[in-house]
Amino acid sequence: MTTSPVTSARPAAPSRFTTRARPPAPARSTPPTRPVMLTAEQLAAFGAELDAIRQRIIDDLGEKDAAYIRRVVRAQRAFEAAGRALFYLPPAWPLAVASLSVSKILDNMEIGHNVLHGQYDWMGDPDLNSRGYEWDTVCPSGQWKYSHNYIHHTYTNIVGRDRDLGYGLLRMGEEQRWEPRCLGNPLYAFLLMLLFEWGVLLHDLEVDRIVTGERTWADTRPLHRGMLRKVRNQTLKDYVLFPLLTGPRLLPTLAGDALANLVRNVWAFTIIFCGHFPTGVATFCEEETRDESRAHWYYRQLLGSANITGGRLFHVMTGNLSHQIEHHLFPDVPARRYPEIAAEVREICRRYGLPYNTGRLSRQFFSVEKKIFRFALPPAEKTTGPTRTAAAHRMADRVRGIRRQREKFVGTATVSRRVV
Amino acid sequence: MTLVQALLRSPVVAALTSPHGVDRYLELVNPMWAVNEIRARVVRVEPETHAGAPVATLTLQPTGSWPGHLAGQYVQLGVEIDGVRHIRCFSVSSPASGRGGRITITVRANPDGVVSSYLVGRARPGLVVHLSRAAGAFTVPEPPPRQLLFISGGSGITPVMSMVRTLLRRGYGGTITFLHYSRSPAHQIFAGELAALPPNVHVHLVHPRQGGRRLTPAELSRLMPGYRDVDTWACGPAGLIERIQDAYAGSDRLRVEYFRPPAVRGPAGGEVIFTRAGATVATVPNSGATLLEQAEAAGLAPTFGCRMGICLSCTSHKTEGVVRNVRTGEESRQPDEDIRICVSAPVGTCAVEIPVPSR
Repeated sequence: MTTSPVTSARPAAPSRFTTRARPPAPARSTPPTRPVMLTAEQLAAFGAELDAIRQRIIDDLGEKDAAYIRRVVRAQRAFEAAGRALFYLPPAWPLAVASLSVSKILDNMEIGHNVLHGQYDWMGDPDLNSRGYEWDTVCPSGQWKYSHNYIHHTYTNIVGRDRDLGYGLLRMGEEQRWEPRCLGNPLYAFLLMLLFEWGVLLHDLEVDRIVTGERTWADTRPLHRGMLRKVRNQTLKDYVLFPLLTGPRLLPTLAGDALANLVRNVWAFTIIFCGHFPTGVATFCEEETRDESRAHWYYRQLLGSANITGGRLFHVMTGNLSHQIEHHLFPDVPARRYPEIAAEVREICRRYGLPYNTGRLSRQFFSVEKKIFRFALPPAEKTTGPTRTAAAHRMADRVRGIRRQREKFVGTATVSRRVV
Repeated sequence: MTLVQALLRSPVVAALTSPHGVDRYLELVNPMWAVNEIRARVVRVEPETHAGAPVATLTLQPTGSWPGHLAGQYVQLGVEIDGVRHIRCFSVSSPASGRGGRITITVRANPDGVVSSYLVGRARPGLVVHLSRAAGAFTVPEPPPRQLLFISGGSGITPVMSMVRTLLRRGYGGTITFLHYSRSPAHQIFAGELAALPPNVHVHLVHPRQGGRRLTPAELSRLMPGYRDVDTWACGPAGLIERIQDAYAGSDRLRVEYFRPPAVRGPAGGEVIFTRAGATVATVPNSGATLLEQAEAAGLAPTFGCRMGICLSCTSHKTEGVVRNVRTGEESRQPDEDIRICVSAPVGTCAVEIPVPSR
């Protein structure tokens, strides 16, 4: 594995994107609504370059990748066993919690998320196959695969299609209409962070659409059985059996298991929110993505994702979702390959004058938090009073206007990038 | 040890090791510890013949979870080569085994066969492979008939050898006629053992390419008068099996085992539509071959394992159309169903959602 080539660079910063002669570089110092322009030929060439990277990696998969994921699995199981065992040793309680937290994070992120993407299906190992893998979290993997692999990865950042845009709970962009309940944005986000695994579990119920009447409770019935079974298995293990097994240490073990789950929740929320919601990440409307070519899809994935810089261990602990851009470009390529791909992707972006959103965890997270707070409030022009709804409508009209303008560019595959 | 096994199989341990299961932890301590899965360590690799494609017998020590096998049955063996697990079916060549008992498989290294070449040429003692439970109805009933006829061709001798060895081990007193076809004496597997069989086993080794008589009803009658009323087991290449089936037409005494399903095809005509995640990835005129072959011919690479309808690796979702099972001839017209594409040939237009591996 190569070391991470990424350094902190803001897409909005003008001097970082020095462009070579070939594609006409858009002026970088202009207002943030300035569209990133690629001609159809440039777009096709851009797509072909990414296709070539993918093919090269796919052709090269083998023993090393298999050995890597098995090593991670071995480490995860060892952390898990150590965590469970250390609860018998009272002074080692913090160590037990840390060990179990690491186990759950590895299981969910570098193993579970990536295996469920089919990244290791080529190995033919039923234990590392997207069809059969089950992870150490309350959401049944089969249900998650639908909302994540299919909906989120196909319709990434398309307003109204990608349910990961705010998870039907948060207002994360001006395209979403403001309502008074949006004032709770920071509170909802905070609760989602603490209860992330439960949020992921309930995601597929699409409760927000049940509230609005687009979906009925009966529609969710096929999901209930699987959800209940998985919840029963997870709670039985973490909150009943393992605590009971430690006898008089029942309560500390119970608390330790809960804390390990909490640590995993906070970590997963942090990494995932930093992948799609930092400033500079673009959203799209359905019209501009209709009849999208593969190259255009790449283009949307690039503009709709953001990376986090860090060391090798950090990348492993994020399941390599710190390379969210590479993950969205190549969701079924083993994640251990993302760091080596990242250098090339970044270089390609530089040549085509495309933004490559990356930054330190603190910077990306701060940027996400700012967004959560900002969109809790109504749009700037008109904020309170009885005309609020009208103002929201005007805002929506304005957005539609921008989209109509954008549509003109769709033929030459252009997407405007609004920085909020 | 049985107490430990019982404990490891208990629902409490299953709950504690959820969602991964106890085997996922045991294997990390010792690959030969397994409660539900079956694995085996290769303990010996012995060459059998060198003429043409080399043949070797591998002795396998299975985990305690191996339930044993009946003579004539096969196992699916999974072996990892360059990080990829390949699964193939092999008849067990050793006599019937009990729980955890050693078994052997005898493999001819097919020059185009990744797995057989690996097992014969590169497998070394210590290698751990994956096993399924033994399966197959190609077995001798209890009690065995007094008169038995075995016919085999090439490496089709392996399940027959398992039967002969098992019968002799338990002191079978009846008569066995054993007719085997191979290219030449140098190609003969188990030559030494065949030469040393007791007198109640009448062995006929035939080499048609070197002037030996081919299998015909007349030849069968010569070697075994009234053969159509004798319980017969036949295993070998499809061409040989077809001739034997013709010779036994109308008789219910013949049991056969194929290496590969016979090349039965569905009728050509109509179109086959392959989809992935609901999007059409290829539309081809239906050639009548199996869906797996048609998908491969269309440049797709669907997941597959045994290619004979056993391992379920290729299970795919048929969204519309009729398919015929090429092994049984059975047609299935349900609109939404899971099918094994390696043994399903489309009848007319058919749409299938195939799981395509990333490589």
